[in-house]
Amino acid sequence: MPIEILMPALSPTMEEGNLAKWLKNEGDKVVAGDVIAEIETDKATMEVEAVDEGTLGKILIAAGTEGVKVNTPIAVLLADGESADAMKAPATAKSEAPAKAPEAPVEASAASKPAAQPVAAAPKAEVAADPDIPAGTEMVSTTVREALRDAMAEEMRRDEDVFVMGEEVAEYQGAYKITQGLLQEFGNRRVVDTPITEHGFAGVGVGAAFAGLKPIVEFMTFNFAMQAIDQIVNSAAKTLYMSGGQMGAPIVFRGPNGAAARVAAQHSQCYAAWYSHIPGLKVVMPYTAADAKGLLKAAIRDPNPVIFLENEILYGQHFDVPKLDDFVLPIGKARIHKQGKDVTIVSFGIGMTYAVKAEAELREMGIDVEIIDLRTIRPLDFDTVIASVKKTNRLVVVEEGFPQSSVGDHIASQVMQRAFDFLDAPVITIAGKDVPMPYAANLEKLALPNVGEVVEAVKAVTYR
Amino acid sequence: MAAAAKRAPAKSKADAKSGSNPVTPKPVEFTKEQELSAYRHMLLIRRFEEKAGQLYGMGFIGGFCHLYIGQEAVVTGMQMALIEGDQMITAYRDHGHMLAMDMSPRGVMAELTGRQGGYSKGKGGSMHMFSKEKQFYGGHGIVGAQVPLGTGLAFANRYRGNKNVSLTYFGDGAANQGQVYESFNMASLWRLPVIYIIENNRYAMGTSVTRSSAETDFSQRGTSFRIPGIQVDGMDVRAVKAAGDMATEWCRAGKGPIILEMQTYRYRGHSMSDPAKYRTKEEVQKMRSEHDPIEQVKARLFDKKWASEDDLKAIDKEVRDIVADAAEFAQADPEPDASELWTDIVH
Ligand SMILES: Cc1ncc(C[n+]2csc(CCOP(=O)(O)OP(=O)(O)O)c2C)c(N)n1
Ligand SMILES: [Mg+2]
Repeated sequence: MPIEILMPALSPTMEEGNLAKWLKNEGDKVVAGDVIAEIETDKATMEVEAVDEGTLGKILIAAGTEGVKVNTPIAVLLADGESADAMKAPATAKSEAPAKAPEAPVEASAASKPAAQPVAAAPKAEVAADPDIPAGTEMVSTTVREALRDAMAEEMRRDEDVFVMGEEVAEYQGAYKITQGLLQEFGNRRVVDTPITEHGFAGVGVGAAFAGLKPIVEFMTFNFAMQAIDQIVNSAAKTLYMSGGQMGAPIVFRGPNGAAARVAAQHSQCYAAWYSHIPGLKVVMPYTAADAKGLLKAAIRDPNPVIFLENEILYGQHFDVPKLDDFVLPIGKARIHKQGKDVTIVSFGIGMTYAVKAEAELREMGIDVEIIDLRTIRPLDFDTVIASVKKTNRLVVVEEGFPQSSVGDHIASQVMQRAFDFLDAPVITIAGKDVPMPYAANLEKLALPNVGEVVEAVKAVTYR
Repeated sequence: MAAAAKRAPAKSKADAKSGSNPVTPKPVEFTKEQELSAYRHMLLIRRFEEKAGQLYGMGFIGGFCHLYIGQEAVVTGMQMALIEGDQMITAYRDHGHMLAMDMSPRGVMAELTGRQGGYSKGKGGSMHMFSKEKQFYGGHGIVGAQVPLGTGLAFANRYRGNKNVSLTYFGDGAANQGQVYESFNMASLWRLPVIYIIENNRYAMGTSVTRSSAETDFSQRGTSFRIPGIQVDGMDVRAVKAAGDMATEWCRAGKGPIILEMQTYRYRGHSMSDPAKYRTKEEVQKMRSEHDPIEQVKARLFDKKWASEDDLKAIDKEVRDIVADAAEFAQADPEPDASELWTDIVH
């Protein structure tokens, strides 16, 4: 049956083109791969190759024709023994593919047409509440450092597929001693010292996770994970979705994040807002040792990639941790650190230290503050935040990261959209100053948020 | 390609660690069954890609679409050296790899058209497809990113103590990415069972290897890491199979990674929208007429009287039918349901 050669689309955006010239004449034999014509697209002059074998029976669109729509028949190809007359028969096959071509582009682009209906919102995963801690459970004063180590050790005992890799995690016992003792207990098969090669070992970790292992990848600090961010975002975060759910990366990327003390611009950035931007990632940033332990255990078990942001200054701080065999906390659930009725302060990670100190000062002034520790930045527990705002009608958000596109900005926007009528004052967001972290002690102090700023913000939203 | 034999395998330091250095093996003699099987597999890829090109021209396939035409012998020959459980990972020029891994032509084509029956339910497209079942780990759109990932697959094999090997494919262009060398270092340090297959098709988009690469002998790119490598005539499926046998044996014996530089050629533009002005028509035509991987097998089959013109026509018909069926399916299958926007992700 004669085959119609159609005007091809030769770029993602092409809708029509000019038929610049024919390189074969009617009656010429062509084999697959022969260039038969040249067309001009919006970007370039392209060659049209024959896909089938035969004789060029008839040219339907003359050379020099402009504005030829994609999928218009431009010529007819005849098999041995066929004549161009066969064209007159109605049953011409449109190429050898099923005859449906002309409608094709319309249908193919249906998805890009503006949807008539509003797009349904993302369904929200149900997040369980924190587990009950049985009465009489012993509380053990523990540093955040020990809590993190205990979480990893417990999960490694529980699951043979869990392993730790990173710079100095094994022999050196961790640059910040978070992996202390793990090499001795689990050996160098499961506690792996890597070369200084963040992009590489992040990718190796993700590949191992694709294959079903559950890596904990330690970054000496998250500042260095910038070299690995492509593997974290493009490979770890997106694969579950891109594979239609077949395959994901059960991996934890953890390490200290944000400013430590006097390590200046390149070693002091908070990445909470950066990673929280990415669908496919979970982002956890604990403050207390108990949260660090319970959430790291949850992160290791989670089938999704989890960014676990720690803080060097918090590592040495003591908090009570319940002595339980298996203490796991839900990712995606904020914790009401202190109940109050006059104003809500939302914070997370080291930001909580400012909130807690400010609350003490404000209590003296007779202001009853509710403090919410987000614990998880993504998925963010807006239910808890909004319920609190509906009660207090006032909100201040505190974090150490840069101000533009900060976590606080996102919360302010959401609260405005979901609880505008409940607000008695504009939301105030407190963040680090909009400068690279300076080295000088006095300037560093100025660049970070301080308790006074939080107190002032609370006074402002409570009109005191 | 004769070029493969031209350069003597360079002396790498690999000897010190792993005994003698591998050299390019002679092409293995195929049995009649092997020749026919290779012919059929390569033809399936060729016809599939031609059809994909056609569907792109008709607007059924959108975005970027990178065809594998010309390079069929590489995946086909390597596939003949694998055992159950071996993994494969590559970049965006991945249709041929998936067909070689025995993934369904319907599933691949329907992903190209963005339909629900595609391997990723239409959510990945040409460059991002996976099959956990067939051990195909993608389909990656970021040049070079698959190299650490493939190294990680090998890490998992070593961790589990199995005999499987990770086939990590990348291009001559990707070979200049930093993360490739980070991976080489770790793979060699930890003796990971990974075969780095560099598909040197002489161009990265419009940039020829001589314009981008200080060392154009890609088989020697592992020298600093004590990873041995060989150059292979990637247009001869028997040469590829021989190299594949040697390399898989090397890895399974616990000797660590190895590099196979496959000297090959892509006939089509980089993607569908590439006018390919950076090379001459004569260069392309010469490769097609003198080195075509499918024609080489065909000639041998005729030579040895293992197949007649009619026999091959029958195979051709069978392959065309599979491809036509895949194309028909991929056009008729509905787009994913709107609710799929929110699946395979947590919020
Ligand atoms: C990190 C990155 N940079 C640039 C690109 C754009 N790009 C896509 S393919 C390509 C050329 C790669 O060539 P090569 O590795 O030789 O593979 P081939 O296309 O020849 O198979 C480029 C520059 C990309 N996808 N990712
Ligand atoms: Mg290339």
